[in-house]
Amino acid sequence: MKYVCLIYDEEKLFDDMPKDQFDAVMGEYFALSDALVESGQMVAAEALQPVNTATVVRVRNGRLSTTDGPYAETKEQLGGFYLIEAKDLDEAIRIAGRIPSARFGSVEVRPVMDCQRPD
Amino acid sequence: MDAQAQVEAVYRHESRRVLATLIRLLGDIDLAEEAMHDAFRAAMEQWPQTGVPDQPRAWLVSAGRFKAIDGLRRRARFDASLAQIADTLYQQAEEGADEELEDDRLRLVFTCCHPALPADAQVALTLREVCDLTTEEIAGAFLATPSAIAQRIVRAKAKIRQARIPYRVPPREELPGRLDAVLHVVYLVFNEGYSASSGDSLTRKDLSGEAIRLGRLLVELLPDPETLGLLALMLLHESRRTARTDAEGNLVLLEKQDRSRWDRALIDEGTSLVQHIWNARRFGPYSLQASIAAVHAGASSARETDWQQIVAIYDVLLRADPSPVVELNRAAAIAMRDGPAEGVALIEPLLQHDALQRYAPAHSAHADLCRRLARYEQARRSYRRALELTSQAAQRRFLEQRLRELDSPVRE
Repeated sequence: MKYVCLIYDEEKLFDDMPKDQFDAVMGEYFALSDALVESGQMVAAEALQPVNTATVVRVRNGRLSTTDGPYAETKEQLGGFYLIEAKDLDEAIRIAGRIPSARFGSVEVRPVMDCQRPD
Repeated sequence: MDAQAQVEAVYRHESRRVLATLIRLLGDIDLAEEAMHDAFRAAMEQWPQTGVPDQPRAWLVSAGRFKAIDGLRRRARFDASLAQIADTLYQQAEEGADEELEDDRLRLVFTCCHPALPADAQVALTLREVCDLTTEEIAGAFLATPSAIAQRIVRAKAKIRQARIPYRVPPREELPGRLDAVLHVVYLVFNEGYSASSGDSLTRKDLSGEAIRLGRLLVELLPDPETLGLLALMLLHESRRTARTDAEGNLVLLEKQDRSRWDRALIDEGTSLVQHIWNARRFGPYSLQASIAAVHAGASSARETDWQQIVAIYDVLLRADPSPVVELNRAAAIAMRDGPAEGVALIEPLLQHDALQRYAPAHSAHADLCRRLARYEQARRSYRRALELTSQAAQRRFLEQRLRELDSPVRE
């Protein structure tokens, strides 16, 4: 079963972090990614560029509109995700707990819906 | 007993265990419920002819399991993905490898109390699936509408299925974090059985019995001081059950109870658990409440009770788990130690607290102390307020009786 772990944290926290601490956290991220590849649980993972690079797109009445900025103005922003393979929610929660940002921000774990095009 | 009565008796005693095992075997709560009902329907048809089997539970589990597989295969014509599930289930059933030592109901409790489910859904789901309360009963107990409770249960079951919340007792290293929710729910179930929040009967013994049984299983699984504490607390409360009401079913307060009617065996068991906890010197809210209950259990009368010690334990409890209700109980203990005037002085500011304004026992306790201080008008007001907030019949009769006594004073 696939789960996506959406990683929310405060960008500012990372911006303000001393370099050695930042490097340590990134090191943890790389180690986690390697471990998940090793265990066969990694499907995909990406980190996102900062929220000020975000564009929000909507189509209303056939007209496309774009606005700047993140979808929601909150203290924590979506910073990246892991798409993992786990046998159940408990296993997914354990993996999410190993994501470094779980300590400073939060990680939302969502099961991926099985949407197959009918034959 | 005729076969139908026997089926009914088996239903009463075994249906929850059958359901819990079917959930483990079928991996889906809704499917298991349907299978269980099919199995009992089959029993109703067959047992009158064939007699009740030696192991009715095993028979029902097996019947339910194959009924579910049949059902899936029928539906597989419309949804091909079910065919594979049915085949896997059939293969497992053929292999018959379902010797499980752990209680399936415990597994079910942990699933229903999974922290990924909202707290109110945990309680509703446990009462529904583990204890077999109807949605109406749960709604009555928690002052919600049956449709709201039904919604809560449907959403929780959908989340269990869609997010794949596992049906298992968590591994030992994860237990401490998962246990809090379970202890809380087990205690709520016990309380619903011990002092039903509404309805005619003061208690629902079956619910308390179920909670105690779950408590024992938890102790076997994890003899943590809090698990022991919860079991001890439930046993010590349960020991007073028969003394809590008189022949007419009216409420008898702790201080007036005939202590010879307290159940000695339960008290001994509860007290020795408390002793065990004190030796281990680690306390949490349940073990502290159990310690208080043990002090009551050890006293020959309300007057002989070591109120000093009870107040001291409340002081610790207030630090460990502060809440307005604990403060209220501590104030009541101080009233017993130092007199009603000291109690009223502590309770009156507490009554301003939001959480206690709608809490009937707070008004009832205040009324009682006022009555003892001959402040009858205040006592009347507080009894009336408590009455407005109480939907439980025996509690209501008690409060009405107190109000009548105030109007035509018969001195004790």
